Amino acid sequence: MASESPIVRAPSLEMRGITKRYPGVVANDAIDLDIRPGEIHALLGENGAGKTTLMNVLYGLARPDDGQILLDGTEVHLTGPSDAIARGINMVHQHFMLVPVLTVAENITLGQETVTGGYFLDRAEAHRRIIDLGRRFGFEVDPEAKVGSLSVGWQQRVEILKALYRDAKILVLDEPTAVLTPQETQEIFEVLRRLAAAGHSIVFISHKLYEVLEIADRITVIRRGKVVGQRVPSETNEEDLAELMVGREVSLTVDRGASHPAAETLHVEGLVVRDDRGQEVVHGIDLEVRAGEILGIAGVAGNGQDELVEAIVGMRKPSAGTVTLDGQEITGQGTRAVYEKGVAYVPADRHRFGLVLSFSIADNLILTSYHDPPYSRGLLRNDAAIKQTAEERIKAFDIRTNSAEAKASTLSGGNQQKVVIAREFARDPRLLVLDQPTRGLDVGSIEFIHRQTIAKRDAGTAVLLVSAELDEILELSDRIAVIYRGRLVGLRDGRTADKNEIGILMATGGREHESNSENGTAA
Amino acid sequence: MSDRLSRAWSISALPLISIVLSIVVGSFVIVASEWLVAGEIRPGLALDAYAALVSGSVGSFRAIVNTLTNAMPLLLGGLAIGLAFKGGLFNIGAQGQFLMGALGSVIVGAQLRESPVIIAVPLALAAGMLAGAAWGFIPGFLKATSGAHEVVTTIMLNFVALAVLAAAVNGPLNVEGSASPITLDVGNASLPVILGRNGTIAIIFAPLMAVLYGWLLFRTTRGFEIRIAGASPDAARYAGMSPRRLIIWTMSVSGMLAGMAGATDLLGATHQMTTTYGTTVGFDSIAVALLGRTSPIGIVLAALLFGAMNTGAGAMQIDAGVPAELVGVLQATILLFLVASPVIKRVFRLKGARTGLDDTTTFTSTYGGEATIR
Repeated sequence: MASESPIVRAPSLEMRGITKRYPGVVANDAIDLDIRPGEIHALLGENGAGKTTLMNVLYGLARPDDGQILLDGTEVHLTGPSDAIARGINMVHQHFMLVPVLTVAENITLGQETVTGGYFLDRAEAHRRIIDLGRRFGFEVDPEAKVGSLSVGWQQRVEILKALYRDAKILVLDEPTAVLTPQETQEIFEVLRRLAAAGHSIVFISHKLYEVLEIADRITVIRRGKVVGQRVPSETNEEDLAELMVGREVSLTVDRGASHPAAETLHVEGLVVRDDRGQEVVHGIDLEVRAGEILGIAGVAGNGQDELVEAIVGMRKPSAGTVTLDGQEITGQGTRAVYEKGVAYVPADRHRFGLVLSFSIADNLILTSYHDPPYSRGLLRNDAAIKQTAEERIKAFDIRTNSAEAKASTLSGGNQQKVVIAREFARDPRLLVLDQPTRGLDVGSIEFIHRQTIAKRDAGTAVLLVSAELDEILELSDRIAVIYRGRLVGLRDGRTADKNEIGILMATGGREHESNSENGTAA
Repeated sequence: MSDRLSRAWSISALPLISIVLSIVVGSFVIVASEWLVAGEIRPGLALDAYAALVSGSVGSFRAIVNTLTNAMPLLLGGLAIGLAFKGGLFNIGAQGQFLMGALGSVIVGAQLRESPVIIAVPLALAAGMLAGAAWGFIPGFLKATSGAHEVVTTIMLNFVALAVLAAAVNGPLNVEGSASPITLDVGNASLPVILGRNGTIAIIFAPLMAVLYGWLLFRTTRGFEIRIAGASPDAARYAGMSPRRLIIWTMSVSGMLAGMAGATDLLGATHQMTTTYGTTVGFDSIAVALLGRTSPIGIVLAALLFGAMNTGAGAMQIDAGVPAELVGVLQATILLFLVASPVIKRVFRLKGARTGLDDTTTFTSTYGGEATIR
């Protein structure tokens, strides 16, 4: 840390009274924000609060209706992302904008190639600069490595290098830790601290409160398009921030009583599943879930959990093994048959599977029961019943919209997920399969979904929860299994599980990986 | 009110601008070709040509009836392609299904040429629809079972249909003793004329099919399935629908509508078939469906427009001396502008069918607010 606190320096970026209106919504309402050199400034807010719009304005993607942007004290009018980059504003996107088949150096220099003699790429110079930059900020990356072969954590560092290569002075990171393990998160924090110490300004967007408290110099909280508060980590805590963000008191941990597991509901034996490319990604998984309990499967994304879940609900045919529900085998029967036997499923990718964004909220609220009465009468749709159900569920689940006829794409992420949750929970399932149910959501929505999940458990539903968010797994699960490279590598009791131990299991598979006889099973 | 108006505009802006632009382009073509042929530049010629086109298509009762008659096969073909589009399928094979529909109706129609009208007409029409449905079923079945892309298979089936038609007319259907191969006249199976000299009952049942089309898509459970499968096949699978069955169903019904278009043309206009039978209705229908943005009302309006252009083309050639083929230029240019809609949107600063809110979600998903990481 520099001797002088970054907070007292003159701001490198100032946004004054930024207002941006979209039809029917004021996304940003006179927002003031100032970022000092060497500062890590966290931007906190629920989904739909206006963080994204504000960053779109800063990145030149959206033009503000009102307000000024000042860089080092002079007003600028950004015409687009390339203009923003030229002025030293860079963004590290949540999902990376990298070309996997190109090398690290090629990705970094893309669009900024150093050229000799007018036509030829100067690879040596580019490599030298990349290695140099990496060394300065504590991570050395091989410029010749193919990006596709790097881990997610390293890909993110390549994104950051890309920004630094373009002489970024202000670096915006949009939920940078969403895809990282706890260990990787610590490593990236180290990188960010070094960047700040070298005088870069960092805007850190996140909804993980403890991370924000750990890394930020200042925290600005946005709610419904307005700045509702600014805090310094030493003078605040998670409860205070959550309350600011949501506008009411939120409990960060859901009160859950003891579970009362009853009969076995789901039984999976020796399940082997291949992914879309025909690679075997689940290698013989056994598990069981009892009525009235939550089995959490922790794992870093891409370890076969999506395929496992898809095989259980009938979206994907397993190449071996059986799935049994209440003693009845349902292996490979297709989603319709599986749903009819009492399974409800919240898919990980709500945009691809769970919702049809170009359709109305009402249609989306009956997407998995459209063919059942009362929504269908013989051949015909029953629009009255569909509308009535939509209005009931919009109310019951507090889905923020002014019309059931609005397209699902007009909803914020949290409200979109509420549509999926409302639909699937309302089907009164025997087994509830939740795949990443709160990914990318804000604390208010997470709290709501967690409460609903516990309520389902207490009502006697068997719940299979898959999540990459360790906190979520720890908070909800009665039993925890870790999935690593297509195998379950450990089973822990949900109340006594140790966060660090599970984090290491997620990242490495742990030692238990070798003694397969005992630990291949989560039953 | 202004809300409604702006929605109507956002839906119809692109088609309207495309039409206007193609008229402008057409004027240049008219003036330029006159200059190349006669060596003089006559800007007024374009106006003369368009005036002749309009009066030739809607200038008299007879012209209007002709326009309606010409529009009906296009309307049915447009519905065929529109339905497939809604289900996420590109049925380029409407032309082949159209030909098979015409062939089916001439086979049955010729057999029933002396039966009572009330029997002959429905049966001949049904035969055409069935033949078209069969021709649509094949690519649907192939796609559902093997994944063969419908664009490829339907184009190939168009050629097969042409060959089948020629073989049938040269062989079993040929009337013995005729100078060149030709089938029997369909006689009593001809569509009854109800308006003017040649306005058949197609003027009633084709628009009725447009109503049915809207009802099917927006009021039935099956229509919901088709629309979901078209908008997001993954979500359809998730929701428990069977995309394979939907593909086969949609292609068959699409083929049936195209076959009906063929039957309407044969039973209503040509009444018999030669080996050179064949129009471009099947292909023009693609433009009609796109111009009508796959909505039932849109397709009706687009079919009327194209029907009017085809009708007025002759008058334009006679009265203004501009070749009838100019109509083809106009229609193709409309399609070109429609397909190039992103460019048009940018040039005219249109938000098109999108509202401002949609644009924000595009931003979000492009720079990471919401989309998932894999």
